[in-house]
Amino acid sequence: MVAPADSTVAAYDSKVEGNIIFTKMDAAINWMRKNSMWPMPMGLACCAIEMMAAACSRYDLSRFGAEVMRFSPRQADVMIVAGTVTYKMALAVKRVWDQMPEPKWCIAMGACASSGGMYRSYAVLQGIDNLIPVDVYISGCPPRPEALLEGMMRLQRKIETEHSFTEQKKELIAELTA
Amino acid sequence: MNAAQMADALKQKFGDAVLETKEFRGEHTLVVKLASAKPLLAYCRDELNFDYLVDVSSLDYMGKEPRFEMVYELYGYGHLQHLRVRAAVAEDVEVPTVSDIWPTANWHEREVYDMMGIKFSGHPDMRRILMWEGYPYFPLRKDFPLEGKPSDMPDVGFTKTAPMADGPFVTSAGTGDTVTREPRSRRPAE
Repeated sequence: MVAPADSTVAAYDSKVEGNIIFTKMDAAINWMRKNSMWPMPMGLACCAIEMMAAACSRYDLSRFGAEVMRFSPRQADVMIVAGTVTYKMALAVKRVWDQMPEPKWCIAMGACASSGGMYRSYAVLQGIDNLIPVDVYISGCPPRPEALLEGMMRLQRKIETEHSFTEQKKELIAELTA
Repeated sequence: MNAAQMADALKQKFGDAVLETKEFRGEHTLVVKLASAKPLLAYCRDELNFDYLVDVSSLDYMGKEPRFEMVYELYGYGHLQHLRVRAAVAEDVEVPTVSDIWPTANWHEREVYDMMGIKFSGHPDMRRILMWEGYPYFPLRKDFPLEGKPSDMPDVGFTKTAPMADGPFVTSAGTGDTVTREPRSRRPAE
């Protein structure tokens, strides 16, 4: 169980009618983002089977708000690279990644996506981080569904620490405060 | 007629073109001259009812002449017999396609071309099948390192060299016995 970081604990005053919650803008946006991550399943090998298992009823990824697998990159938030990335597939993965709108995150699931795994070969890209930035690496060959859930929860923790509003609206804030 | 009898029949029919017939654990192999490989294979399909071409593959005997060898695996669903036909191929020699005898040879021969660099004359679609068009090497040749070579075609594909040294999965082929080849034997004693 992951305890929420301090930055997301919102003050709640029950005496005020209509359920008003006071919090920081960053904390509110991050809270919304981390609880509805829509994954883009980039299933390339056996890791994809574990990813499917994680999304099915026994492990139930929807408990963490990440059950909406989107096969269109334009609707996805987090790309789960699950499997061996061959050089022939690598540029297709990059192209899908480029089509995902910001903010976006990437999970390298399993040994192959993280480092090439056992494929030290002319045909296999030695880690998807050669092409796209990776937020969470999951070890295992393939990782069990629990490991993917743990990776999702780690990513949630990472999203909590982002300064999403102040970073993205830097110019607007400067304009308003000037 | 079983595979041994068919091998003998082919030997009689094609004479000197059949250099050698081998039998190993019930598998029969004919080593033939490349020039007569195609008529022999056509005869196998038309007269000996080998209606299924199981596989077309190639071997690289680097340092020997001729360097390459084609291997055709035949099977017949009528008589359930298996036959292997091999033919030596020198470098830069084109092999006549058998894709007009068995259409399945089309992709098999493309794979042989992609991995070994043997070209097929008369092939309807002589392109690479696994690597991309423009990749400069033939990866299954013996002089190609397993870790690959760097290559780059902008917007099409690229490769880098994969690190091989001391990885957790790397065995040292060709040194010592199977115990000392294992990565764990290189780990310093604790």
